This record gives sequence, C-alpha cells and structure tokens, in this order.
Amino acid sequence: MKCIVSTTINGEQRELAIEPFRSLLDVLRNEAELTGSKKGCDVGDCGACTVIMDGKPVNSCLILGVEADGSEITTIEGLAAETAPGAPLHPLQESILQQGGAQCGFCTPGILMAAKALFDETPNPTEEEARFAIAGNLCRCTGYTKIIDAMMTTAAGEAVR
Amino acid sequence: MRPFEYFEPESLPEAVALLERFNGQASILAGGTDLLVEIKERIRLPDQVINIKKIPGLNHLTYDPENGLKIGSLATVREVETSSIVKEKYAGLYQAARELGSIQVRNRATVAGNICRASPSADTLPPLIADNATIHTFGPAGERTMPLENFFTGPGKTVLTEGEILSEISVPSPPPKTGKIYLKLGRRAAMELATVGVAISLTLDGNHCREVRIVLAAVAPTPIRATDAEDLLQGSELIEEILEKAALAARDQCRPISDVRGSAGYRREMVRVLTLRGLRLAIEAAKNGSPYNKISTYQTD
Repeated sequence: MKCIVSTTINGEQRELAIEPFRSLLDVLRNEAELTGSKKGCDVGDCGACTVIMDGKPVNSCLILGVEADGSEITTIEGLAAETAPGAPLHPLQESILQQGGAQCGFCTPGILMAAKALFDETPNPTEEEARFAIAGNLCRCTGYTKIIDAMMTTAAGEAVR
Repeated sequence: MRPFEYFEPESLPEAVALLERFNGQASILAGGTDLLVEIKERIRLPDQVINIKKIPGLNHLTYDPENGLKIGSLATVREVETSSIVKEKYAGLYQAARELGSIQVRNRATVAGNICRASPSADTLPPLIADNATIHTFGPAGERTMPLENFFTGPGKTVLTEGEILSEISVPSPPPKTGKIYLKLGRRAAMELATVGVAISLTLDGNHCREVRIVLAAVAPTPIRATDAEDLLQGSELIEEILEKAALAARDQCRPISDVRGSAGYRREMVRVLTLRGLRLAIEAAKNGSPYNKISTYQTD
C-alpha cells in the first residue's frame, strides 16, 4: 500500500506516493527525480547520500521516505540559491571548484551538504571543526586535503567569483 | 528493501498493542540507523515496522539537580552530545556520544536505541552504567524501572519482554568532586566500533576514593563492571600503586574474544592501559571539573 507523503524539498512543496519500505534516498532519486544525492554504501557508512532535513545533516539512506512527511529537506540541487545556468553557486561549491576539491565527484554532494550544515551553525570553523563535521563522509579518491582546503577558504571568505 | 507493513502509533499503549498483535515479529523504529541496515542486510526480517516517533512525550532531554538527567527514548545522540549540561555533568556520556558514528547518524540515532540494540561495543552504555543510570519501560504488564546494569543478557539480548518498550533513561546528578571519563580505543579516530572502551565515574573524598564505578565495553558479551578494581579503590588513598593494582584487576576480570578488531590478549592488555589512564584522568577531572567544557561541538579533542 502506498502512502502519500507531503514534504518541502528545496523550497518546493511536493506530494509523493510511496511505499513505506523505501528509503528517503530512493524516494529522492526516483519519485522526486533528484539524483544529486548519491547511493554509495546504502548503510550509513559513506555519507554520499547526506541531505539536510529540518536543519540537520542526515543520511537519507537510513531514513524511510514516509518519515519525511511534514519535513523540510534540502538536497545538493537546492544548495545554490538559484538553479538557473550561470547563476551564482553557494560559496562552498565555489571553493570546491577553485581548490580542486572534487575528483571523481561522487562524494561531493554529500560532502557539501555536511559542510553546509557545519557552516550554518559555525560560520568560521577551525580546520579541526571542519574535519570533525565531515568525518561521516568518505572520499574514495582520498582527496581530503583539497576538500578541507576548500572549507577553510570558505571560512576565510576567500571564495568569490 | 524487503517489504513490511508500517505503523505510526500515537501513544505507548497503542504501540504496545501493536507489538502484542504481531507476536514479536514487528520491529520498533526510533532512530532507524541500526534497524534499516539490519533490514537491508537481511539480518532482521520484520513483517511490520512500528515507528514510535509520533508518540508525544518521549523526546525530552532535561536536567535538574534533584532528579538528575532524564533522557526520553526519542532523544537523539546528537542532542545529548550538544547539551551543555551533559558536557559539564556527564562528561563520560558526552565523550561517548561524540564517538558514536557520524554527525549524520547521531542526528537520527537515539540513546535508547543504542541501549536496546545491546551491542557489547556500544559507546553510550559504559558511561551510563558508570553513572548508575536507571531505565524505565512500558509494556503489557505496566511500567518497570531497573538499573541499566541489569538490562543486558548477551550480545543483542536484553531483559525486555515481548511488547515492552524502553521509555526513559534517568541518570542521577553527580555528587561534588566527581570526575568522569570515557576512553575508546579504535583503529581510527571516527566512524569506528570500539576495540575496547572504558568508562569511569569516580568521586573523591580528599585524596581518598569515596565511590567509583568502572565499566568496560567490547571485552565481554555485555558491558561489564570491573568490580574487583572498584573494590580495591573504594575507600583507598588514590596513590599510583593502587591505581596500577586496580588496572591489573580490571584486566583479569574482563572476558574478551578475538575478532577482526583485536585479539583477546591485546584487548585484555588495553583494558589495563585504559583503566590506568582513565583513573588518572577521572581523578584530575574530579579535582578540576569536566575536561570537555572548552571543546566546541564540532571539534575533536
């Protein structure tokens, strides 16, 4: 039996008919057609599926889609204020680009959402705080140095177009 | 994921009635960070999942000096980790909460879920037992209260009966001059299961030990108290020689297995090392207050 889930995704009110045994990640990728959130491990180890739910970073693979009813979700597609081609990116996205913080790019959406959650609470994090905040995100290219560099240039306000 | 029926009861009696109706075949969903993994990996095959998050009155995290800390069964690990009162008065629990999974996991996982999962290596259990926590349950036969220490019967096994739900955890307020610590040994700094965990809550009376509870994780089928070490310390003057004897007693009392995270012999020796180190740190904390007060919620220590 399908349930009707009413949720706000990237500022847009959505009503989705889903089966209760589907993960929020599958619902986002399939029903909501937002494939930016990635399925890496699907068991909460890699963080590639990280989205922000009611202000908090979470693994969307460890949440049932039905649990999103009434919640507000931001995915990587909603990170920049505007999505039109050529519109300004979020400063963290800009820094990742400038610093070479994305190699294969598979971990990047999750890293950016975990980093955004940190910056929303702590706009000027130390390097240690940045490392702690993305401890739940694996980069199998092992490009952590550039990712941390990007977060630190964002903290210093150096990422401008 | 394997299909299941899904329920959202709005009260504890309703949840208990559902659990009884499905004869123990249903699983309770609170945080879901263990349950969904177990369903995906077919370790658990529930035909019904009962989400208890819609039940009001279970998500509190409160403190007052008389009644101590109350952790509702829906309070998340991250809420515990970011609570200033936990950081100040329940430093072992604070440290353990920081060590559990990732921030993403901690934003969903509940302390009650960590308890009910009953993993021998669970991080939040040793400090809660060291702090003499009590748990409250609600079930078909009514309410029960018991020391957390008596809750576990084996890996993944507890005294919960069919239809019974953990509703609240109470942790008494620490007496003055109490120091607390949780030390976790792992192969890496984050996203790790403990190879050995040691939690200590120690209250000083001058230079003597007024009270101490030492709890060891991942070295027995359940978290265990190092009672031989506690007996040596209780009432004694806390000189280095007695701390070393207590650490040896803790080593001799644990019953570890060998697995991918470490051999039994290595674990035993690490129990000695971490107990000795933990005792020194707990004594220091008893004199000077929580060692974590200056750490931000996003900082390693």
